[in-house]
Amino acid sequence: MNMINWATFEPLLPEMLLVCIGLALICLDLFVEKTRELLPWLTVLGCVTVLGMVIGERNVTAFGGMFLTDAYAVFFKVISLLSVIMATLMGEHYRRVHGLRHGEYYALMVFAATGMMVMASAGDLMVLYLGLELMALSVYCLVGMNKGEGRSTEAAIKYFLMGVFASAILLYGMSLVYGLTGSTTISEIARYTAATGLTENPALLAALGLIIAGFCFKVAVAPFHFWTPDVYEGAPTVITAFMSVGPKAAGFAVFGRVLLSGFPELQPHWGSLLATLALLTMAVGNLTALVQTSIKRMLAYSAIAHAGYSLLGVLAGTADGLSATMSYLLIYGFMNMGAFAILVLLSSRGAHHESLDDYRGLAKSHPLAAALMLVFMFSLTGIPPTAGFIGKFYLLRAALGAGYTWTVIGAVIFSAISAYFYLRVVRYMYMSEPEGELDFSYTPGISAVLGLALLGVVGLGLLPGTIIGWAASALLGQ
Amino acid sequence: MSIPILSTLIFFPVAGGLSLLMVDRNKTHLIRMMALIIGLMEMLISLPLFFLFDKTTPRMQFTELTPWIPALNINYSLGIDGISILFILLTGLVTVLSILVSWEAIQDKVKEFFIALLVLEGMIIGVFCALDFFLFYIFWEAMLIPMFLIIGIWGGPKRIYATVKFFLYTLVGSLLMLVGIITLYYHGGQTFDIRELARHTYSPGLQMLLFWAMFAAFAVKVPMWPVHTWLPDAHTEAPAAGSVILAAVLIKMGAYGFLRFSMPILPDATRAMMIPMIVLSLIAIVYGAVICLAQTDLKRLIAYSSVSHMGFITLGLYGLNTQGVEGGILQMINHGIVTGALFLCIGMIYERTHTRVIADYGGLASTMPLFAGFFMLFTMAAVGLPATNGFIGEFLILLGSFINRPWAAFFAATGLVLGAWYMLWLFQRIFFNPVNSKVVGLAELNLREIVILLPMVALVFWIGLYPDSLLSFMHVSVAHLLDQVHGGADAVSRVAVVLP
Repeated sequence: MNMINWATFEPLLPEMLLVCIGLALICLDLFVEKTRELLPWLTVLGCVTVLGMVIGERNVTAFGGMFLTDAYAVFFKVISLLSVIMATLMGEHYRRVHGLRHGEYYALMVFAATGMMVMASAGDLMVLYLGLELMALSVYCLVGMNKGEGRSTEAAIKYFLMGVFASAILLYGMSLVYGLTGSTTISEIARYTAATGLTENPALLAALGLIIAGFCFKVAVAPFHFWTPDVYEGAPTVITAFMSVGPKAAGFAVFGRVLLSGFPELQPHWGSLLATLALLTMAVGNLTALVQTSIKRMLAYSAIAHAGYSLLGVLAGTADGLSATMSYLLIYGFMNMGAFAILVLLSSRGAHHESLDDYRGLAKSHPLAAALMLVFMFSLTGIPPTAGFIGKFYLLRAALGAGYTWTVIGAVIFSAISAYFYLRVVRYMYMSEPEGELDFSYTPGISAVLGLALLGVVGLGLLPGTIIGWAASALLGQ
Repeated sequence: MSIPILSTLIFFPVAGGLSLLMVDRNKTHLIRMMALIIGLMEMLISLPLFFLFDKTTPRMQFTELTPWIPALNINYSLGIDGISILFILLTGLVTVLSILVSWEAIQDKVKEFFIALLVLEGMIIGVFCALDFFLFYIFWEAMLIPMFLIIGIWGGPKRIYATVKFFLYTLVGSLLMLVGIITLYYHGGQTFDIRELARHTYSPGLQMLLFWAMFAAFAVKVPMWPVHTWLPDAHTEAPAAGSVILAAVLIKMGAYGFLRFSMPILPDATRAMMIPMIVLSLIAIVYGAVICLAQTDLKRLIAYSSVSHMGFITLGLYGLNTQGVEGGILQMINHGIVTGALFLCIGMIYERTHTRVIADYGGLASTMPLFAGFFMLFTMAAVGLPATNGFIGEFLILLGSFINRPWAAFFAATGLVLGAWYMLWLFQRIFFNPVNSKVVGLAELNLREIVILLPMVALVFWIGLYPDSLLSFMHVSVAHLLDQVHGGADAVSRVAVVLP
């Protein structure tokens, strides 16, 4: 009888630990009533432990290339865990204010994190799909968390139906690829395609198109973005913040790995396709955001626009481009989490305060919150010395280096347009008189998120060397 | 130099401004005093530049170099030469005057105002010191944030329209330049160091593209015709301090950009685009002046006169000879002093009457004779009366353009005539004419206001009578710049300096 060699499982340890944490959280919630107050803090503690393990991971190719723990995977795992940590801390505040008592919230968050980590490490289409579904199913439930609220339930159903549809398209593409190349391992697909000269094969191109469509849905790239505004608006704000950062980053992780490791020979095809999609996404996101009156919905469209910017690095098809997308996603994580944290902070029981009008004169009544929002808005616009500028600059540089000049010119013009609606928030806060009374207080959870986000936005803006150096060295397979 | 004096100049006001955060917002007097002390100390710190500057070398001085983003070869690289030093000194002076003129004008959100003003000062000095194109861009854009707030929060009734217009105009231009900067980076050996970039040669086609990319940013900032339309709005709606900073240093950044980046890095395109730039400048001169004649708003008139005067400056710069460029740089300083002073004056009188409509004034000379004297003097400097600084600058510019293109000098001179017309007419309508009931019983200038205006008067005459004290700073640097533009060969177009 074969003994199981436990050493083979070593690369999976962080993921396994996360699953255990998730299960433990469920049990604690069910059976030990006294610990309920502690659940968020236990979640954070668990995630921080796993974060430490992830950073210390060695570069291993496990299970015959199905599971990779290269620096690329580590980078995305860090983003995923950071997004979970911040969303949990925010959730703690949200729970206190809105009186929600859901232990499963934290467990689902942890399971979503596991899914994202598996996605980041996936070296095989099947593992990729497993991770994707684990993450997606957890997030479907999280979106519908506010059971009493119609729009939350509606968003969950909508997201579920559209998500399942997209997964089916993705699977169909994968099955075609398997039929053509005889393998589901990403590196094997690339080797086979190159060796047999399949690069102009129409069936392979169709399969690639289906896969790209599936991924585009996951990261909310136009024209597959129609679910985004409604779902982002309907979901509890904490979940919206989480979705726009963690799952999106994980989506880009597989996007980048599949295209660059799996189909590098086809770059001329998918490069120009993605360039068109990127421009379309920026146009849809930025132009529609111009007319929104709800900040939450505006941020949803802004998330679409930012997916367009992030694509710039992927479509370049270079190591440089991919590391630009990686740094951008991390930076975007900080600034978007920060902006959503202000939204969460301002909401109170029964009233969400998501309309622009609620922000009138905020600088007078709550100078600190207004100043923080100001920093996040300027960062989302991409104005130095905030990190948003550094991220955008790196992306533009990569896309220009790959020769996509007109795409870049389009990107900067849309970026200038975006200034209008981000600055509108600043205008309302600083240049109008307050109308109603807003009453809120800072809890440890939300303060920690705001502090972390501010540190990220300002720190990475002033000293970007570390992050760019890290992303540049964290290339595929290293 | 072991003391990083330029870094200190950049970050001292920023740190000082942020230190105001810790002061209780109700102690407005303390906040004002602190801001003033920080501004004065900043001026004190900038003085060594004036005395220790070596006028015999075109090389960058007081340089600092620290790797910043090694992965992309971006350095924190600072340094000044004869072209930039004067702007730094001017920025220090103008900020102090802006703090003083806001003493009573700003009553709401006092703390935030002075923070924005001091941070703005640091960013502007950064623009003039940066030797790395990326670093330059950071300061160039970061400066937008405080300026956006200054106009939008403390400005006039249409301030939001004005500030958004200002922000978007500048941002679009800057972003196009960013694309140009990155293209330059790839073609110039993967560096952002402007001295390195200037050593490379680029194909004429590429130079032309890059020229227009930079033009997008710099021309908006100058502002050159036809992208000047943000300026009248921003000037008119900004609070007095905002207008002063805008007129005195902010719009100079555009012309400085041409000098520091376009000309040395893209010499072929600069020479090829000389005539179009001169034509645009001439249009700005005449158009700006004619529009001034039709203005009914005091601030708007001065704003359009800035368009006209900035046309003179770009005319001088794109004469591409010693007289023209030196005259252009000197005129930038002059315009900063004179228009800055005029906006200070307008700010003082606006505080008393709260109207900017010219027709609301009249006969002010009888109620505020001292103020009339000051305003008269600055008017004379603005129209270029000999013995004032305006004369020297305009004379050099006209001389420079006459040497190579007499027709350009001819058109520019009509701008001078129109300039005298609208300024003197303005003076007549405000100070002479029958006394308007709205200005009866206005208080004469107080000591603070006189203290603000006196240094400007001193500068007007100092530069007007002894211009070489400033011109001597730039001789070597300008000669070096022209060598770069003309490839060191075409000496005919650069005859020796003829001083009046």
